[in-house]
Amino acid sequence: MSTTADSLHLQPHEAHDAHHDADHKPGFFVRWFMSTNHKDIGTLYLIFAIIAGIIGGALSGIMRWELMEPGIQVLNRAWPIGAGTANFDEWTHHWNVLITAHGLIMIFFMVMPAMMGGFGNWFVPLMIGAPDMAFPRMNNISFWLLVPSFFLLLGSTFVSGGTGLGAGTGWTIYAPLSTSGSSGPAVDMVIFSMHLAGASSILGAINFITTIFNMRAPGMTLHKMPLFVWSVLVTAFLLLLAMPVLAGAITMLLTDRNFGTTFFDASGGGNVVLYQHLFWFFGHPEVYIMILPAFGMVSQIVATFSRKPVFGYLGMAYAMVAIGVIGFVVWAHHMFTTGMSVDEKMYFTAATMIIAVPTGVKIFSWIATMWGGSITFETPMLWAIGFIFLFTVGGVTGVVLANGGVDNYMHDTYYVVAHFHYVLSLGAVFGIFGGFYYWFPKMSGRMYNELLGKLHFFLMFIGVNVIFFPMHFLGLDGMPRRIPDYTPAFAYWNKVATIGYMITIAGVAIFFVNLIWSLAAGKKAPANPWGEGATTLEWTLPSPPPFHQYSTLPKID
Amino acid sequence: MRLIGWAIALAAAGLTPAAAQTNAAAPAQSAPTATAPAATTVTPPAGTAQEPNKPDAAQPAIVPGSVGHMIPTAGVGEPDGRKGVQLQVTPIGQEAASFHNDWLLPLCAAISILVLVLLVVALIRFRRGANPTPSRNSHNTTIEVIWTLVPVLVLVAIAIPSIRLLRHQYTPPPADVTVKVTGHQWYWSYELPDYGVSFDSYILKEANDPTRQANQRARTDNDGPPLLAVDNRLVIPQGKVVKFIVTADDVIHSFAMPAFWIKQDANPGQLHETWAKVDRPGVYFGQCSELCGARHGFMPIAIEVVPQAQFAQWVGQNGGHMPGAKPAVAAAAAAPANVTPAAAEPTGATPATQPATNQAATAQN
Repeated sequence: MSTTADSLHLQPHEAHDAHHDADHKPGFFVRWFMSTNHKDIGTLYLIFAIIAGIIGGALSGIMRWELMEPGIQVLNRAWPIGAGTANFDEWTHHWNVLITAHGLIMIFFMVMPAMMGGFGNWFVPLMIGAPDMAFPRMNNISFWLLVPSFFLLLGSTFVSGGTGLGAGTGWTIYAPLSTSGSSGPAVDMVIFSMHLAGASSILGAINFITTIFNMRAPGMTLHKMPLFVWSVLVTAFLLLLAMPVLAGAITMLLTDRNFGTTFFDASGGGNVVLYQHLFWFFGHPEVYIMILPAFGMVSQIVATFSRKPVFGYLGMAYAMVAIGVIGFVVWAHHMFTTGMSVDEKMYFTAATMIIAVPTGVKIFSWIATMWGGSITFETPMLWAIGFIFLFTVGGVTGVVLANGGVDNYMHDTYYVVAHFHYVLSLGAVFGIFGGFYYWFPKMSGRMYNELLGKLHFFLMFIGVNVIFFPMHFLGLDGMPRRIPDYTPAFAYWNKVATIGYMITIAGVAIFFVNLIWSLAAGKKAPANPWGEGATTLEWTLPSPPPFHQYSTLPKID
Repeated sequence: MRLIGWAIALAAAGLTPAAAQTNAAAPAQSAPTATAPAATTVTPPAGTAQEPNKPDAAQPAIVPGSVGHMIPTAGVGEPDGRKGVQLQVTPIGQEAASFHNDWLLPLCAAISILVLVLLVVALIRFRRGANPTPSRNSHNTTIEVIWTLVPVLVLVAIAIPSIRLLRHQYTPPPADVTVKVTGHQWYWSYELPDYGVSFDSYILKEANDPTRQANQRARTDNDGPPLLAVDNRLVIPQGKVVKFIVTADDVIHSFAMPAFWIKQDANPGQLHETWAKVDRPGVYFGQCSELCGARHGFMPIAIEVVPQAQFAQWVGQNGGHMPGAKPAVAAAAAAPANVTPAAAEPTGATPATQPATNQAATAQN
C-alpha cells in the first residue's frame, strides 16, 4: 500500500529527489529497524550476509585447521574451536556440529540473503523502474525473520544435541540421525531455524514475483527485463515451490522427534528414505536458487564490461527457466546409493545430464557476449570471468556425478565436496563478489579501490582453487566426506587444501580492507561509473540513488 | 522385484534367527547409545567400553598372513595418495573405472579446456586496446542451435555407456555367497547365514591412542593403514559372486568399498542388496560413507578375498561350517524366490553358534 502512496506524490524531476529524500529520511531507528525501503532492506541483508559469511568462513577455517594433518589436533581445544572437553566422542560430535553449521550458514544465511535479499532487493526495483517492492512491510518482516532464525541456529550450538553440544546431523538433517539419533533440543532449534528461514524466503519470493509481474515501468516488457531480474524471477518461483516442501519435511522430523509419529521410522511403518526424497525435492532446486542470481549478475557484468548487449538474450532468459523447471525433476541424483531401482537410476541419470544443455547455452552465450566486444578488466569483470571458467569446471564434474553407475564410487566422497564447492564457493560466491564490486559504487556512492579489488580477486582465485581442486584427488582416492580424521595417505592433499584456505583468507582480508577504506575515503562515484556498456536503469539514477526513486516512472521504448 | 524377492526370502527363512538376535542385542546395544548423551563427565575409555576384545580372548597369537590376517599390499585396496580412482578388482569396477578414466575424464578436460581457450582468445582479441569499437552483434541463430545440439550429442555419447554400466550393475550373476551387512553406531556386523558365521567388526586403534583399552589389540601395519584396519575382517572367496544384503539397526550408514566400485546405504528397516565378484586375492578397505554420528569416521570396512579353500578354513575358525549339500546352496542362489526350504537348512545349524555370538556381544555391551 505504501508503494502506491509513495508513487502518488509525484515529483516532476528526478533531480529533485535528492533534496526530497534528504527531507524525508526517517531517523536511525525507524530507518533501519522498521524499514520499508527496498534499498535499506537490501543493505540490511548484505550486512547480515557479510556477518554470516564471516562466521561460516571461520567455521571452515577450523575444519581446514583440523584436517591439515592426520589425527585430532583442534577438536580437543576450547569451545568453540573444539569441543572443550576430554571426551573423544564429543570431539568428533563437535566436528559434525561444525560441518552442519558451516553448510546451513553458508546456504541460508550467506548466499541466499546476499543474492536474493541483498542484490535482489536493491536492484530489482531499480532495474524494472519501480519505486519500491510491491509489499514493503512484508519485505521488512522477511528480513527480520532471518535474524531470529540465525540466532536459533547459533543458539543450537549451546544446547545438547545428543553426544555433545549442538546439532551434528549435517545440513541435510537426515532421519533417523536427526530423530532417534540426536536427543536434546539442538536439532529442534535447527528445525525451527529452518522454518523461520523458509518463511522468510517464501515471503521474499512472493514479494519478488508480485513486484516483477506488476510494477515494471511502462514499456518494460518481460522480454526487455535485464537478465538479473529474470534470474530473480525464476529463483523466486523455485523458492516458492521448494521451500514449503522443506517446511513439510522438517515438520515431520519435528513430530517424529517430539510427538511419537513415525514418518521416517520403519518400526512404525515409516521410511527413512522418504525424508531424503522430500529433502532433496527442496534441496536440488535450492542449489539453483543459489546459482541463478549469480548467472543474472554475471550476465549484467559481462555485457557491461564488453560494451555489448548480451548475446542471445532470449536464449539466456529461457535457459534459466529451463534450468529452474528441470531442477525440480532431478532430485534423486543426490540419493543414488540409497538402494533405488535401476529404472529410477536410469531416469535420474538422464534427466540430470539434460541440465548441462541450458547451462552450456549460458556459458557459450557469455563468451559470445565478449566476442566482438571492447573488453576492460575492472574488478567485477575479473570475478565474472573467473566465475565462467570455474563454474564450467564444477559443471563437468557434475556431469560425471550425474551418472548413477559412476556415482557409486564418488558419492559422499571429497569428489562431491570439490564439485559443489566449485559451483557454489567458486560459482555463487564469485558471482556475489562480482555483483558487490559492480554495484558497490551505486549502493554506497563511492568507488572501491581497484588495486585492492584486483588483489582480492587474484588471491582468492588462487586460494579457492588450491583448496578445492585437490579435493577431486582425495575423493577419487576414496576419502569420505564429513570425517574429522583420515588415514595418512590423504595427508598431502589435505595439507595443500589448508594452505589454499590461508591464501583465500588473505584475499578476504583484503576485501574487508577495501570495503572499509572505500566507504570511508573512496572517490565519489558518478551515476554511471562503467561507461556505455552499463545500459540498465539503475545507472540512470545518481549514486547512491535517492531514498525514493522513480517518482516519475521511466519510459522504456 | 529381485530385491523384494530376496527380502521376503531372507525374512521368511534364513534370517529369522538373525532378527531374533538383533532384537535380543538391541536393549544392550541401545544402552551405550543412551548413556552417550549424558557422558559429559565420562572419560574416553567409557565411551569405547562396548568394543569387544574378541581377538585377544579367542586368538591370543595372530599369525600375519594367515587367513583373516592377510598382509595388505600397498596401493591396492587402500588409498595411496594417487590422483585417480583406486585399482579396481571387480568386473563392474573395471568397466566403471574405464568409463570414467577413458571417456568421462578426457571429455571433462576437453570441455574445460575448450571454454578456457575460447575465454582467453575472446579476452585477448577483444580487449579494449585491440578492439576499441564493440560490435552490436547479439544474435546468431546458427551458432545458438549448434551449441545447443552439440552438447546434446555429447550427453547422448555419455548416456549410452552410462546406462549400460547401470544395467550391468543391476543384473548380477547368481550369488555364490550371501553376506548380511549391518551398520551400527559405530561398527559393522557381518553374517553369513548359509555358513553359520556372524561377528562384529571394529576399528583397530593405534597403540598410542589414549582411548584404547588395555585389552584391545592395537593396530599394526599388517592389519592395514591407520583408521582403516579392523579387528575382524570379512573374508570372502575369490572369483565367487558375493551378494551383500545391507541394512542398519540405528541410523543410516553406508557400506562402501572403493576397490569394488560399490556403495550401498545401510537403511534401518530396509534391506538392500549389492554385489561383487572379486578376482584378485587381497585385503580391501573402505569406510562408512553416510554421516552416522560422532564416530562416523571411525567405522572402517575391511574385506579379505581369499581362495575357496582358505575361505572354508576361515568359516571353520569362526564357528561356522561349509554347507554340506553344495547343490542346494547353488540352487538357492539361482532361484531366490524358491529359497525358503533350502535356506532354512542352515538355519537349523546356526543356533548352535549364535548363542555364543550373542552372549559375547551382550557381554561386551
